[in-house]
Amino acid sequence: MVNPAWPSSDKRKLIGRRISRVDGPVKVTGTAKYTHDISRPGMLYAKILPSPHAAARVRAIDVSAAEKMAGVEAVLVQEGPGNEISYAGQVVAAVAAVTEEIARDAIRRIKVDYEVLPHQLDDTDPANAEGKTSEEEETSNFAEALAEADVISEGFYGLPPIAHCCMEAHGQVSEYRDGELYVWGSTQNVSGYADQLVEASGLPESKIHVDCQHMGGGYGSKFGADKWGVVCAILAKQAGKPVKLLLERDLEVMIAGARPSAYAKVKLGVNKDGTVIAWESDALGSGGMSSRGGSYSLPYVFENIPNKKTRSRGIRTNRGSARAWRAPRHPQQCFITMSAMEDAAAKLGMDPVEFFMKNLQYTERPEVYRQELEIAADMIGYKGKAHPRGDTTPGPIKHGLGISLHTWGGGGHNSTCDMTLNPDGSVNVYIGSQDLGTGTRTVIAIVVAETLGLPLDGAQVNIGKNAYPPSGASGGSTTVGGVSASSRLAATELLNDLFARVAPELGVPPDQLEAKDGKIRAVNDPGKAISWEAACALMGPMPITRQGVYRRGASGALTTSGVGGVEIADVSVDTETGVVTVNEFAAAQDCGLIIDMKTSVSQVHGAITMGITYSLYEEAVYDPTTGQMLNADMEFYRLATMPDVGTIKVHMMTGPGFDERGVIGLGEPPVISPGAAISNAVANACGVRVGVLPLTPDKVLAALAEGGKLA
Amino acid sequence: MHTTDDNETKSGISRRGFLKSVGAGTVATGYMATGPPGSQAAAQALDVIGPGEAPITLRINGETKKLNVEPRVTLLDVLRNRLDLTGAKKVCDRGTCGACTVLMDGSPVYSCLILAVEAQGHEITTIEGLGTPDQLSAVQAAFVENDGQQCGFCTPGFVVSCTAFLKNNADPTLEEVRQGLGGNLCRCGTYMRIPQAVLDAAKGLKGGV
Repeated sequence: MVNPAWPSSDKRKLIGRRISRVDGPVKVTGTAKYTHDISRPGMLYAKILPSPHAAARVRAIDVSAAEKMAGVEAVLVQEGPGNEISYAGQVVAAVAAVTEEIARDAIRRIKVDYEVLPHQLDDTDPANAEGKTSEEEETSNFAEALAEADVISEGFYGLPPIAHCCMEAHGQVSEYRDGELYVWGSTQNVSGYADQLVEASGLPESKIHVDCQHMGGGYGSKFGADKWGVVCAILAKQAGKPVKLLLERDLEVMIAGARPSAYAKVKLGVNKDGTVIAWESDALGSGGMSSRGGSYSLPYVFENIPNKKTRSRGIRTNRGSARAWRAPRHPQQCFITMSAMEDAAAKLGMDPVEFFMKNLQYTERPEVYRQELEIAADMIGYKGKAHPRGDTTPGPIKHGLGISLHTWGGGGHNSTCDMTLNPDGSVNVYIGSQDLGTGTRTVIAIVVAETLGLPLDGAQVNIGKNAYPPSGASGGSTTVGGVSASSRLAATELLNDLFARVAPELGVPPDQLEAKDGKIRAVNDPGKAISWEAACALMGPMPITRQGVYRRGASGALTTSGVGGVEIADVSVDTETGVVTVNEFAAAQDCGLIIDMKTSVSQVHGAITMGITYSLYEEAVYDPTTGQMLNADMEFYRLATMPDVGTIKVHMMTGPGFDERGVIGLGEPPVISPGAAISNAVANACGVRVGVLPLTPDKVLAALAEGGKLA
Repeated sequence: MHTTDDNETKSGISRRGFLKSVGAGTVATGYMATGPPGSQAAAQALDVIGPGEAPITLRINGETKKLNVEPRVTLLDVLRNRLDLTGAKKVCDRGTCGACTVLMDGSPVYSCLILAVEAQGHEITTIEGLGTPDQLSAVQAAFVENDGQQCGFCTPGFVVSCTAFLKNNADPTLEEVRQGLGGNLCRCGTYMRIPQAVLDAAKGLKGGV
């Protein structure tokens, strides 16, 4: 029997190497077809009428003028008379027409009479926390510990709501054909997408076919078909023609994804030697209308600080619902904790690296963090650059370094893989997974090729359809663990079959065979070999299919969970203008066994770039008077551009101590620390804490003025 | 940090410079179609078309395309909805993100800011005209090698911008690349990989590869 455990490093030909993503060529030539690019014969274009009010009741709605327009083929009222609107941008009605232009015109002809109701947008006032979950905890000796501490450090830290702002806006194409529904959806969950369409289509899931070969970014916002997916399916049914419904950019930013806000008062009791002995925090946050989000578990990473008093309250606000935003809750918890820790170090006059080192016993993986702190400090040139809080060199430009630590679970999700070996030696792999740009296809190709001893293109990888065996949603950094385990298991099953047929030919017992370099050969006598093609021809005319099933948490080390990472930012602050520039950013990240080093490092680059963006620019700004989002576009909902991002240095923790843990997952962890690392670096540079992200010039200047540090 | 005028001139891909020129064109066209009665005489002298569909002729990737479109339809929407050239992506739809970048007479433009009627008389090159998966251009090959794409939705726009950038900057420095490509946005965060791809492509192009 072939051992499904990962091969040792000396035996790996592909796993862990720098391999270009297999769908690179179709992406760089524009031939990759995304949901937005799907065109069907006779396809209609749908547009949505959103609510202009954050809270209202629909008194009446008149769609007759829209229905009468030439070219309009279906009109749907989502919120009829009596229905309540609870956030600006909520879908009220939709139209499908022969062109985008006519659909847009038709939307303008729909008349809605609203009874406008009072809305609530303030997520910083504890008075608004009424009726929502409040999590409170106090350890028995908290008060005594705080009283005994040598130093008390206090601070206020916050992060506003931000959007996912995927490049490919959420959307779907729906087509009914021969009594079945075919949908192309931009989704992170191909296998679970049809569920939400059952009611709308009146069809069993077995007759709903989902296809997503490429998708333009999700970051946690694209799991279900969503309200607009359902609307699209209904419009297609009504019109009897295929319908494409893509969110316009303003709705994409406004309603298709938000990260909950977080604000916290923190008090730390610290001993003179730097040991934290007491933690107190009172946190507020809002996930919009959803019950999820807005509640936080503090302290983060240093969770075993012995004496704690914590409270966390969620606030309901009239904004579009929160969605999982890459590493849900962690960036907020990390920002609050690591900022408070660094402020305590500054108050003690202690070097932050030393301070964090001093408290590693409160973390789940002190040794990993210790190594990573040393590596990240080395990469950024910490020893040569570090200085106590407040850069005293003359001139308006101040330099600083900031550190942060993070953790994440990951671990493979449930995944099933069918693998077919054809008598000519070709291989088909089928997994109902998806590639968000994370490299899912490439990872599967690497694992299968490595296992079967074939070149990278030795197997045809098929993903992105719910017709394939189910695999988990791509959330929580679980995909690479899941698909690499299921494809490894399926490939070893195939090899067992093949070895049984080859063994008598070579006169070698099956357990003495290996697949290597396009051959099946004897482990101890590589001269005894048969080519891959000749071995497969022994099967006769019939292909064989074997299945690999991985169940989350199954024993064995194909995939496990739990990682740590350390990041250090090097920034400049212009104390005359308040502009913060990230010069360099260093990341040391543990993620278990790495399947593809090239796309792994890309993930870390991407996460840190996203982190720089939310640290310096991103905020969903709402007008308290009208309840509308004021920057629902890409000009004023600012993303970092290439010149905004300095040099990112990445060190992946590999080798003994890491590889044998199996695949863990990587999408989430490196996005968690940038807020704290950059804010800590700004504090280190200019001597004052800018407690609330994003670190825009107005906030930096205000903090400098308050601290008497204006240039 | 925004791109400076200096670098914009060098790169030829400035957002600001681009808005100036194309914005002016858009305004003029709008005026022709919807100007007040007083402007009728002047408008008549200009060949007014619309508001209904009008025949137009476009030159795209070396081919002539004749079709009827409303004057308000953008070049991007014609490419995507009418000609099935879906490489250029619609992301912001108002000249911020660069995902819809195409070449007009060799210069990069945001096709969401150009009306299809305005594109007449110009040679348009889309991503589909630069290479195929089997025959990648030097820039495309360098993107694959350097992993200059993640989700890939911004990638065609970046490849077009990079292609134009290198035409005007055959031997760029890293800083020039970063500044010159500030007019394209990526959410996945490929900003570390793309500059290296551009530098590699520049080297390859110089070496006659």
